[in-house]
Amino acid sequence: MDFLSLSIIIVYIFLSLSLLISLIRVIIGPTLPDRVVALDLIAFVVISMIATYAISSGHPVYLDVAIVLALVAFLGTIAFARYVILRAGKLREDGHA
Amino acid sequence: MLEIIAGILLITGGFFVLVAAVGILRLPDILMRMHASTKAGTLGAGLILLAVAFLYAEIGIISRALATIAFILMTAPVAAHAIGRAAYHHGITFWKGTIVDDLKDYYEKTRQTRRGSEKVSEED
Repeated sequence: MDFLSLSIIIVYIFLSLSLLISLIRVIIGPTLPDRVVALDLIAFVVISMIATYAISSGHPVYLDVAIVLALVAFLGTIAFARYVILRAGKLREDGHA
Repeated sequence: MLEIIAGILLITGGFFVLVAAVGILRLPDILMRMHASTKAGTLGAGLILLAVAFLYAEIGIISRALATIAFILMTAPVAAHAIGRAAYHHGITFWKGTIVDDLKDYYEKTRQTRRGSEKVSEED
């Protein structure tokens, strides 16, 4: 086994651990912005995983998937941020905050 | 030689992504968690994409990987800023050691004037 395939295995282990750990943060919260931040990190981890898979599978076409996922994750995060701001304003107007 | 460089870049990037995940679990406050995930996560993903560029030494792959890195470097701070602002509006509880809150006066002022300009004029 050469150095590259060994490092690919190590990176897969690291990224899987990161995915699990961020998933714990998504589950325990405690507020909605915490979960959004954790989902943003999960998008980064999945981008890294796709890039690693582009190496390990020998098909560099998967890099396009990483670009598209980065775009979608950015739009999703921005949409979540706007939603959180709107919801906070509505709650404050109703007098719940 | 290129394979060794790519392997080192891969392991370093994976390590930084793991550091970001540990930070997002362990740090006490959403703003600190955001700082961990944005900076370390961006560095980790960028290093792994750089490893792809090193390994496939073709012009199409290199430009695609560099474009993804540039896109991540541009969008990650914007997204982090948006979430941080949203979290501040949401009313998060800061870590007990936080001593500086520069936004407090500004947002209190705008919130009052936005809530009802009539109220402000009555008090005047």
